[in-house]
Amino acid sequence: MISQFFVLSQRGDNIVFRDYRGDVQKGSAEIFFRKVKFWKEDGETEAPPVFNVDGVNYFHVKVVGLLFVATTRANVSPSLVLELLQRIARVTKDYLGILNEDSIRKNFVLVYELLDEVIDFGYVQTTSTEVLKSCVFNEPIMIDAAHMPPLGPAALFMQGNKRMPGTAVTKSVVANEPGGRRREEIFVDIIEKISLTFSSSGYILTSEIDGTIQMKSYLSGNPEIRLALNEDLNIGRGGRSVYDYGGSGGSGAVILDDCNFHESVHLDSFDVDRTLNLVPPDGEFPVMNYRMTQEFKPPFRINTLIEEAGSLKAEVILKIRAEFPQNITANTVVVQMPVPKYTSRVSFELESGAVGQVTDFKEPNKKIEWGLKKIVGGSEHTLRAKLTFAHESHGNITKEAGPVSMTFTIPMYNCSRLQVKYLQIAKKSKTYNPYRWVRYVTQANSYVARI
Amino acid sequence: MAPQAQSQRSPSPSQPSGKGEVSDLKMQLRQLAGSRAPGTDDSKRDLFKKVISYMTIGIDVSSVFSEMVMCSATSDIVLKKMCYLYVGNYAKYNPDLALLTINFLQRDCKDEDPMIRGLALRSLGSLRVPNLVEYLVGTLGAGLKDGNSYVRMVAAVGVLKLYHISASTCLDADFPALLKHLLLNDPDAQVVANCLSALQEIWGVEASSSEEAAREKEALISKPIIYYLLNRIKEFSEWAQCTVLELVSKYAPPDSNEIFDIMNLLEDRLQHANGAVVLATIKLFLQLTLSMTDVHQQVYERIKAPLLTLVSSGSPEQSYAVLSHLHLLVMRAPMLFASDYKHLYCQYNEPFYVKKLKLEMLTAVANESNTYEIVTELCEYAANVDIPIARESIRAVGKIALEQYDVNAIVDRLLQFLEMEKDYVTAETLVLVKDLLRKYPQWSHDCIAVIGNISSNNVQEPKAKAALIWMLGEYAQDMQDAPYALEGLIDDWEDETSPEVRLHLLTAVMKCFFRRPPETQKALGSALAAGLTDMHQDVHDRALFYYRLLQHNISVANSVVNPTKQAVSVFADTQSSEIKDRIFDEFNSLSVLYQKPCYMFTDKEHQGSFAFSEELGNLSIGVDDQRVEANDEDLLLSTRKEDSLPQQTQGALVSLDQNEPAAAHAQQTNSVIDDLFGLGLSSSPSSSPSPLLKLNAKAVLDPTTFQQKWRQLPVSTSQEGSISPQGVATMTTPQALVRHMQVHYIHCIASGGQAPNFKLFFFAQKTDEPSNFLVECIVNTSTSKAHIKIKADDESASQAFSALFQSALSKFGMA
Repeated sequence: MISQFFVLSQRGDNIVFRDYRGDVQKGSAEIFFRKVKFWKEDGETEAPPVFNVDGVNYFHVKVVGLLFVATTRANVSPSLVLELLQRIARVTKDYLGILNEDSIRKNFVLVYELLDEVIDFGYVQTTSTEVLKSCVFNEPIMIDAAHMPPLGPAALFMQGNKRMPGTAVTKSVVANEPGGRRREEIFVDIIEKISLTFSSSGYILTSEIDGTIQMKSYLSGNPEIRLALNEDLNIGRGGRSVYDYGGSGGSGAVILDDCNFHESVHLDSFDVDRTLNLVPPDGEFPVMNYRMTQEFKPPFRINTLIEEAGSLKAEVILKIRAEFPQNITANTVVVQMPVPKYTSRVSFELESGAVGQVTDFKEPNKKIEWGLKKIVGGSEHTLRAKLTFAHESHGNITKEAGPVSMTFTIPMYNCSRLQVKYLQIAKKSKTYNPYRWVRYVTQANSYVARI
Repeated sequence: MAPQAQSQRSPSPSQPSGKGEVSDLKMQLRQLAGSRAPGTDDSKRDLFKKVISYMTIGIDVSSVFSEMVMCSATSDIVLKKMCYLYVGNYAKYNPDLALLTINFLQRDCKDEDPMIRGLALRSLGSLRVPNLVEYLVGTLGAGLKDGNSYVRMVAAVGVLKLYHISASTCLDADFPALLKHLLLNDPDAQVVANCLSALQEIWGVEASSSEEAAREKEALISKPIIYYLLNRIKEFSEWAQCTVLELVSKYAPPDSNEIFDIMNLLEDRLQHANGAVVLATIKLFLQLTLSMTDVHQQVYERIKAPLLTLVSSGSPEQSYAVLSHLHLLVMRAPMLFASDYKHLYCQYNEPFYVKKLKLEMLTAVANESNTYEIVTELCEYAANVDIPIARESIRAVGKIALEQYDVNAIVDRLLQFLEMEKDYVTAETLVLVKDLLRKYPQWSHDCIAVIGNISSNNVQEPKAKAALIWMLGEYAQDMQDAPYALEGLIDDWEDETSPEVRLHLLTAVMKCFFRRPPETQKALGSALAAGLTDMHQDVHDRALFYYRLLQHNISVANSVVNPTKQAVSVFADTQSSEIKDRIFDEFNSLSVLYQKPCYMFTDKEHQGSFAFSEELGNLSIGVDDQRVEANDEDLLLSTRKEDSLPQQTQGALVSLDQNEPAAAHAQQTNSVIDDLFGLGLSSSPSSSPSPLLKLNAKAVLDPTTFQQKWRQLPVSTSQEGSISPQGVATMTTPQALVRHMQVHYIHCIASGGQAPNFKLFFFAQKTDEPSNFLVECIVNTSTSKAHIKIKADDESASQAFSALFQSALSKFGMA
């Protein structure tokens, strides 16, 4: 059971504060904020998501720079509370269209209304946007979306890909379009996060894809939906060790290690033809989460060379090769590499004709950073960095530098080859033909090359 | 240091002090109160919003209470809601004003719109004003019978609110019975769920004082209710499913078919996207199969994939919570996860608390086949720029080495760490090499060659310095420079801030002296001189002790500082198995994240209501009396002491008595007397109404079964007993009583504690049938009293057994 729920801004101000049971002192928000801000335990400065101060347990999740916090004195299930905090954020976003400090401040009465229905005396009642619609009466006050950084994975679609109606995903589930008509549409996003480690000799040490099929429905009347995945999709790797890659990863069936589903999903025909049936509730929700360790083709290859050039100098050559088709473009690529601690100066040399590339030496944490706005499939890019050391290096400088890590986003590309073959919406009438958007995106979670 | 806490009421500097604004608001509200002009509601909304927003940032707006109430006459539901929120926040501190709200809340409770009825009822319950409860009873009664499920849902929680304001009012109105009726009959699943939560809390608290409530509490985990809830499981919301699953995990099905039925029914819950549902299901599966070793292991295999999926989906916070549970399971059964080690590799962008868990798991799952790869991976982290992680990684490598896998290669790698010439790497490595040498003295040759090259000037951390000094002393004959290195360190005695280092220095120079006297004599002299004038008491005492020892007899001194040592076989575990088992029993709770059982971080009342019925897993359940807690802490102390001994008891309970079988045999040699005793007991005048109860002298019961039974059986007798003064006199440890009861065929399964508080668990079996009696006996030697709780398979025999137990207890010390 939850005693209090509150949302704090980055500066620690209460944006909303709701007390459900009255058994935790009112000053808890300040105690919490001070603890998080000045966290120091185990030599670390980052507070874990759950901690206990004087018998009060504090749970928090960070969402768009805000802290969503719950307190309790009871020994509750931490997963339940943390999941709930995320869910409150999601429901709020469903209502406000955009979730950030400004939108919550403008709509705090609506948020209180939601909180009143989501939790009663510390017990969760419902987090379904659908159910809540009948008990929430405030109209959301929309904030201008144009210059607001949007939230969540769907935000990816707003950069660089003009085919997508970007603003649609920031509209409230209760708001009407101008003219009082709602646009009938549904979004299905396949979002994959890659974790991959290359050894120093360039082969793949570990790789994993964590994917989500995310849905956001603006369909009226809750029609049933049928979502078909690859027919040859396999789940579970039987008795084999998950890292025992059988055969080549180039073709053949997609094998997921495991997956889970939203509770609205009916799996009756899933075993037969890999289709998911569901009546999508309002708002944004994950239809299916999946995990895959089957071998796949990494989107980028990274080559790193470090050469000593005299006692106080060294040269780093970073080479990135995009191994996806030419009609695909990765964006917001950042490559980072820690250099020896005694590096005092770095000069960069970009390839000739480079556009949209920036370089930086992050002096305080001794990292070089290379940003590339766009990388077209099949292309290769190189950066040369000349390091100057403050004093002579003791040993092997390759041991003092690296590993190279990379972040990127690749719209309309997914490594797992999992596909939505079709998206069928039960028809209400002949003219009913809602917009359907099926979008893919691949992101780096932890993409690392050792040197 | 963090800045001092500001007084909670004082607004932050960026906010207006509020006073002027609040009185402004008061004026404006007053003007609107009676107005019927069009647009009034809109202006009210604006004003109400202002009030609520002041309230949120901590400005005290309680002074507008009466104005808010005056304005509450409205049909605008948004206004109503704001007003309810305000009233709920301030009523507690303004009980007199709160009375003003009763009128309109009660009227709203009869509104024709069920939404308004529900909202008003909810607010009425949230006033938290004791002298207003009379108004609540009637409305709640009506609410529970309302035709609309929303209202019933609110009313069910309302009963719980009433219980917290005034327990007696709630019980007198017989609300729990009404809730139970709804629990079993309401068509709406959320109403059922709320009834369940409310009843769990109410009966959880009441059970300590009322036998009836204790029975009702037990009845919630009876087969009919459990099956009823399980059959409706899919109707419940995901959150309510968690509540139900948690309840079911306390149910102990009588046979394995039932266990399989339940597991088959809930199998698909493991594929739920909500981690809380999955963890609740896992807890249930683990608890159900505790006594079925094979199936239990299969459960581990089955839950691996869903757990790993949850770890990698969702927010970092959620994945941390799941990972902590995975950590618990890995630590319990590392072999089962040995092939999954790659999933435990750290990612560069993970937070420290995640990496730390992963490193511990990697250490645990290392075995012959994967050690090479795991250690290779750990060495990558050791070279990492992230210093805390580098340190943890080196420690992990060391721990794996101590587990005896591939020691040879690991020693090589550790020695390579020393060549990295990073201070923190060297420091951690030195500590490890020291531990390794204590366990594998045969490696001394290789290690010493490298250690000898380390200049003590490069080692600053006290722990590392102490380790280096220890090695200099211990291997003085193999390290050429040892006496001179020590001499150098002694020269800097004044600058050495750590007493630990100075203590080690004294001992090391002594050891060195006996091995290489001529070279060390001077250093020893100056070390003793420095030690004798040291400000630190321990250092001073040790120096003085050595000095006197040397004066007394050189060869004795040598045998004191340089005894023949045995290699350490196992280093003490930091956490007792008892604690670990308790944490396991509290799976899917904060205990797992904190790695502590809940009594260590939660106050009693909050344990009691949540932990429900876990008397055994949870020795000091909140509802018990004072004595238990004191006792419980003593228990912990004593188990910690036991842990530092090399032979650890592996019990699932308190501290399983290993001497027990031996004692039992000793007693059985006196078997002639045994029979006599049995007869004598049953015919003794003071004792049992059922002289036919005979106990089995060779009863056996394994701890797991005991634990399960203890959890599932109700208390059949609970009483006080007394112990004779002679008995008390012999009871310096629980053993005396254990042996005494053994003579009466009452066997001890677990015992612990320190004078004056002891806690013992006994069991006995009937001779003719496998019917068990379980006893919890809490002895306080200062009052010569014992508190006895008996649970029995066959309740009808429990009286007889209780008498028998009492009589046996009263004879303690009399023989």
